[in-house]
Amino acid sequence: MSLLDIFKRRGSAPVARERLQVLLAYERSNRQRPDLVAVLREEIMAVIAKHVTVDQDDVQITMERGETMSTLEIDININIPNAAAA
Amino acid sequence: MAKVVVVTSGKGGVGKTTSTAALGAALAQSGKRVAVVDFDVGLRNLDLVMGAERRVVFDLINVTQGVANLSQALIRDKRIDSLFLLPASQTRDKDALSEEGVAKVIAELREKFDYVLCDSPAGIERGAQLAMRFADEAVIVTNPEVSSVRDSDRIIGLLDSRTLRAEKGESLAKHVLITRYDAARAARGEMLTIDDVLDILSTPLLGIIPENEGVLRSSNVGSPVTLNEPNNVAARAYIEAARRLQGEDVPLVLPAERKGFLDRLFGRRAA
Repeated sequence: MSLLDIFKRRGSAPVARERLQVLLAYERSNRQRPDLVAVLREEIMAVIAKHVTVDQDDVQITMERGETMSTLEIDININIPNAAAA
Repeated sequence: MAKVVVVTSGKGGVGKTTSTAALGAALAQSGKRVAVVDFDVGLRNLDLVMGAERRVVFDLINVTQGVANLSQALIRDKRIDSLFLLPASQTRDKDALSEEGVAKVIAELREKFDYVLCDSPAGIERGAQLAMRFADEAVIVTNPEVSSVRDSDRIIGLLDSRTLRAEKGESLAKHVLITRYDAARAARGEMLTIDDVLDILSTPLLGIIPENEGVLRSSNVGSPVTLNEPNNVAARAYIEAARRLQGEDVPLVLPAERKGFLDRLFGRRAA
């Protein structure tokens, strides 16, 4: 056990409290409107599908919820044969 | 060949989720590709114990219903890159999980991983039965306490009758993992001994995890104890249990009553 561990250990309950606060704030606000991510994804995909065909395997979605800011990252591999030919 | 292991218990609060995270991480730390799957639909917690609660996008039910594919729903651990989590759904109810859907997901997981650890919900209902349905092996998490041992016995009965392997007449390896073991209380005769538990359940022992504050500290920070405090006694017990799960012959030492410096100085007794 290093000296750092001793300091780190002291902080585990406050960390738990902070993690729960962030998580529960999100879950409570989403109780009325579940699956916000799914809705966003569907709509974003629908817009893209108007223009190009995208396979589900070409879409990666990651999310990181923070206390004040959350990020939703949608990574889509788009195949545009016309652009490639041009 | 992938192994599907259900972590189950019947009784709630005995340490299924903690043990799934710790065993999963220990297996991944030894180089295996591991997926931990939360079957507790509606009351998921494996994401929280693994520290991935802020990163959940899709869940098990999304995959069984084809809303998302498996690779989209799997969350890669930030600390070990061969460890993945498939979270349970928080909003839907248990009936949304179908046997066909689970079969498909498990079959796909088998292709991608060495170990698939299914964290069962408490109880003996549908959720718990689906979690064990496709298992090759079972880890029965038991506290040395009467109600936990009784519920473990019921779960063993289900494992021997309701799993696919049991129905096909194939063997399903079962292991008892004793958690929250307090050597001091056992020595004072206040707790069922390991022999008592094994005698009653007549199932081989995978490991004994001593009651230890490091386990709570690790849940607090969202990291499996084997990763967060690898030298902690409970972590070492989980690491050894994971080696036994892989078929290694690791001698089992009964955790002795450990006294700290201050305890020895003042002769304080463990609570």
